[in-house]
Formats: sequence, C-alpha cells, structure tokens
Amino acid sequence: MKQANKMKLSLVAGLLLSGISGFAAAADKDAGGISDGAVKIGVLTDMSGLYADLGGRGSVEAAKMAVEDFGGKVLGKPIEVLSADHQNKADIGANIAREWYDRQGVDMITDAMNSAVALATAKLTAEKKRILIANGAGSTKLTNEECTPYTVHYAYDTYAMAKGTAGTVAKQGGKSWYFLTADYAFGQSLQADAAKAVKAAGGEVLGEVKHPLNAADFSSFILQAQASKAKVVGLADAGGDIVNAIKAANEFGLTKDQTLAGLLVMITDVNSLGLPTAQGLLLTEGWYWDLNDETRKFGKRFFEKMKKMPTMVQAGVYSATTTYLKAIQAAGTDNADAVMAEMKKTKINDMFAKNGHVRQDGRMVHDMYLMQVKKPAESKYPWDYYNVKATIPGDEAYQPMSESRCAFAKKS
Amino acid sequence: MTDIFGIPLQAFLGQLALGLVNGSFYAVLSLGLAVIFGLLNLINFAHGAIYMLGAFLAWMGLTWLGVNYWWSLLLVPLVTAGAGMILERSLLRRLYGLDPLYGLLLTFGLALIIEGLFRQMFGVSGQPYPVPDALRGATNLGFMLLPTYRLWVVAASLVVCASTWFVIERTSLGALLRAATENPKLVQAFGVNVPLMIMLTFGFGVGLAGFAGVLAAPATQVSPLMGSHLIITVFAVVVIGGMGSILGSVLTGLGLGLVEGLAKVFYAPASSTVVFVIMALVLIVRPAGLFGRDK
Repeated sequence: MKQANKMKLSLVAGLLLSGISGFAAAADKDAGGISDGAVKIGVLTDMSGLYADLGGRGSVEAAKMAVEDFGGKVLGKPIEVLSADHQNKADIGANIAREWYDRQGVDMITDAMNSAVALATAKLTAEKKRILIANGAGSTKLTNEECTPYTVHYAYDTYAMAKGTAGTVAKQGGKSWYFLTADYAFGQSLQADAAKAVKAAGGEVLGEVKHPLNAADFSSFILQAQASKAKVVGLADAGGDIVNAIKAANEFGLTKDQTLAGLLVMITDVNSLGLPTAQGLLLTEGWYWDLNDETRKFGKRFFEKMKKMPTMVQAGVYSATTTYLKAIQAAGTDNADAVMAEMKKTKINDMFAKNGHVRQDGRMVHDMYLMQVKKPAESKYPWDYYNVKATIPGDEAYQPMSESRCAFAKKS
Repeated sequence: MTDIFGIPLQAFLGQLALGLVNGSFYAVLSLGLAVIFGLLNLINFAHGAIYMLGAFLAWMGLTWLGVNYWWSLLLVPLVTAGAGMILERSLLRRLYGLDPLYGLLLTFGLALIIEGLFRQMFGVSGQPYPVPDALRGATNLGFMLLPTYRLWVVAASLVVCASTWFVIERTSLGALLRAATENPKLVQAFGVNVPLMIMLTFGFGVGLAGFAGVLAAPATQVSPLMGSHLIITVFAVVVIGGMGSILGSVLTGLGLGLVEGLAKVFYAPASSTVVFVIMALVLIVRPAGLFGRDK
C-alpha cells in the first residue's frame, strides 16, 4: 500500500518534471564574456520545438555568417553572437531577454521566433531602449497595437502572408473558406488577416477550428474542415503543425474536393512533407534560395554548414544582422535611437531584399513571392521546390500605413 | 440530420472513430508501461523515446536499407526489445533495491538523451514515411472517409493488446510472471530464473513501444518530438487506468481516445487538457485508478 502510494507520488512528480524539463535547455546558451566594448547580438529562438527548423540553429548560424562577412568588428569593436532557446514560452523568452539586456549587455535581439515571445520581448526591448529585429515571429501586432520605436519586423508578417495566399486564392474563385488555426497570438493574427483578404476579394468565411499549439493529431480537425463544405481550407499555423495538418488532409481525402491554402509554409516544411504530398500547394514566401545568383550563393553556403537550405527567417536573420551592423557603422554609435534612425532612412539592398526599407512603424517593406510547390517530376535537383507564380511588390504585400494601428508612428 | 448536443450525428460519429484510432496508440503504449510497471515496479519514462525510436528505425530501414513496412513491424520491436534488455541488464538492474524514483530519473535522463540525439541528427520537422501499398486508400464508413491505414492501426493494436492480456492473465507463463513479482525469492526457490524473466518482460514492454512507433510512422511525421508529444498523455492514461493493471490501461487508453475526440468537437482548445482533468478527478475519487487494486 505504502509502496504503491510512493509510486504514484513519483509518477505524478515525473509528470511535473517533464513539464519543466525545458529549464535544463534554457541554460543551454553560449554565455559570452561581459565586455562593454562589444556589440552583442542575441538570437532568441526555438531550438528544440516545432519551429526549430524554421529558425533555431540555422538562425544562429545565419547571424554568425553575417558577422563573419562583416569582418567580425564594427567601429573597431568586436561583435558577439549569443543564442538561447525560449521553448515557445513567452515568459521564458522574456526572462532570457531581460538577462541579456541587464547582465550581458546585449544590444540587439533577433529571430524572436514565435509571436507570443516576440510581443513579450518587444515590450521589454522598448523599456530597456535596445533593438528587436523580429524575423521568425509573424503577428502584425508587432507593428500595430504593440508597436514600439525599437522594433523592426523584418522577414514577413501575417498580413503579407495572408494577403499573398488568401487574396490570390479567393480571386481565383476560392470564395468560401474554413480556417484551421493555431490557438495563440500568431494563428489568430494570421486568420484575422486572411479572413480580411478573403472578404476583400468577395469571399466568405464559413467557420474555424482552433487547435492547441503543437497538436499531435490533426485528423479530427481535418474532419471538421471537411464537414464545413468550404471550398478552401486555410491553414493558419506553422512548422510541425502545418506539416501534420497537410499530411492528415491528404490522408483523409480532403484535397479531393477542397483546396488547401497554407498561410505560412516554409521551405523546410515542404522538404519534410516531400513533393508527392506537398505538390500544388500555393504559398507565400519572403525569400527563396533559388531566385537568382545572389540567393543561390547564400543558399549554398548555408547548406554546406547546415545541410538544409535556409528558410526566409534564416535568410532574414542574416540580412537583418548585416543591416543592423551597417547602421551602427553609419551612425558611429550603437546607441539604439541613433541606429534605428539610420535603419529607417537607409534602403536595404542585399541578397534578401531589393530596395527594402524600414517604415516608421518598424515594418521592413520588401517584395514577397507567391509560390506553387512543384510536382515531383518538375523538380530537377535537391531543394528545387517552388515555381514563382508572382512577385508581389512590397507596397502591395504589406499593410499600408493608412491602415496602421500603431500609435507613435501615426503621430510622427 | 439528427443532432447530438448540437453536433451533427455525422461529425459526432466521425470524431468517435478517430478517437478510437488515437485510443489504440494510447492503449498499446500504456500497455507496455503497465506490463513493465506491473512486473518490475519501474516507471519507464523512456517509453515515449522508444516509441519515437521505433518509428525512426522503421524510417531508417525503409530509406537506407530498403526494409519494407511489414518486415519493420516484425523486426523493429525485436530490435527495440533487444536494446531494452541490454538497458535492463546494464543499468536498471542496479536500481531494483532502491527507491523507485531512481529508476524514474534514469529513464527520464535516457529519454532526454535519445530525443536530443535524434533532434541533432534529423531536426524537428520530421521525415515522411509512406503508407504501405496494401493499406492505401480509404474506406467509406457512411459518415466519413476513414483511411484504410487507420482501420489497420485499430485492428493491429486490438490484436496485440488482447494477446498480451491473454498471455499474462490466462497462461501458466503469465501466472509465473505474476508470481515472480509478488514474491521473487519464493519463485526462484522453485527453480525459475527470475532475473531472466524480468529482463524478458522489460524487453517485451519496450518492444511494444517500438511496435507502436512503427504503427505510427505512416500515420504521422516521423519526428524526434513525436514521443514527448504522446508520453505525457499515456502516463495520465496509466494513472487513470490504475497502475499495473493490464486490462485497465487498454480500456482506459481506448476510452480516453474517445473522450479526447469528443472534446475536439465540442471545444477543440480543451482537447489537450481534458485527459488531465479526468486524471485529477480520478485521483481524488479513486486514488488507485479506475481498474487498480491497492497492493
């Protein structure tokens, strides 16, 4: 009897233990030396969870490549790259950011995969007067309700993804929609933006189902989407979730009568699904490694290190880091206000963006691409996954300033 | 069409069918845990990692060696069982006299190591594993199109669960096993090699996890995270069913799959927590679990 009770106690303790196991990983970051005479860049990302392949170690590598290409020094001072795993938890992410700002003297945080983490970090960053360049996060709140003068939203946002994919599909006749949405800031933001784009194109939204982040099984959500009889099923989730959702949709025959629209599919997701399952899928990307010679060059360099082609987030981290360092050089200081002013007035021209610019509200405006996943027979070499269907000019892709809900940017 | 609590009957039945599929996975996994716990008094936290390992072994076999699904279904459980027996012999055996917490910590550590290694090697997005040709397509159940593979999952798990239950509860070998856990010294005195029996039992429990992994491979992405996704729920199943109860864990596994399926119809965001709410209630009302007996 006593023995059995003890067992139960340890089992329940074990359950709790596994819930907090992440703390071990939280300490898993390279703690750089604390020297004031250095520019420190913190890559805050998901190292181990469902988004780890979209950003993760690849983002850290991209930041390091950018620093290396910059010469390792800015204004004669060394540049350091730190990294940490936020485990997709806003509180853990904010704690790491606080630690970085207060104790490690970090000047800029990038990647910020996961919108919940990015929103928490943005607030803190403004309070501490440092800089956040969000690449992995998608929520448009970063440059609207929760905008700050210290946030730059770089690679993409849910508005651009939703408008690119949902807008196009709705215009092509996909008028009735059902959404399968990740139940947190990012999914809700993506769904709201997509629903707006659908309605603007004359379509209607029949319903939605919200699934928990990191859901293990999508079959029942797929079943609900089938029951809705909507023409298009919009997937407002990402990473491991969208991969599992697409797989289940194929298995349950959803794709026979309904169209799938992936609102945030990245190239690693397509790779993981394989072309036989992913073919034909329409999606929007902020960057693709096989666009031109410059992108191919970066893609191949990255591939040699990571054995995977970079996602738009990872390419964005490279570009953002370079942009930030250039701004420091031009401003002659790493003071956040001066650097932000510099970033907002300089055009970005590199392998990631052509004539990109950072707007008052922090949105980095650059061209987006509407892609269709190739059929297996069309793919000629490894990672040859997309046909570029259209280039969406930055000013059309992103939410116009006239619709902005960002308080400080409207005043200025 | 008839409605049940405002949900169309069709959707209701569909979710129940899917709940049964998920429940089958819970059942096979919690069965393995229950066998190990019942006979060894060990809480095997590495169970989820071994399930993931099973799926990856199937994937590696197919991709690198050309071993097809059916052979994997046979071989992978044997390989994982072998690995389990080595583990039992080399590490776990040293902990038998100690507080059960040590076994839990050891297996928990192992789970983290195995998962970390695979994450390092394969990333988190996972690898696709094709459904075997014979089980492709879908069966129209009238209220839904159920992929044939999922039907196969239910059938295969039920057969495995039923035979395990039969062997342990209804054969003389099973009687010996149960006797050996009650009083190992006495059984050894009758000339039975108890340590060998324990090793084989652990191997069997672990083999079941490997088997579940192969079953899961075509149904989900083969990903390093697939084990940790599932294991917490499976532990809850074992607690609810009554630790060590073979029949209890199987029935609870299926039952909770159904409950989860229903939660997804009525209020999807609750589907990930409903099992734990039930666990808390059961612990309050029947601390030994629904089918458990206080020892």
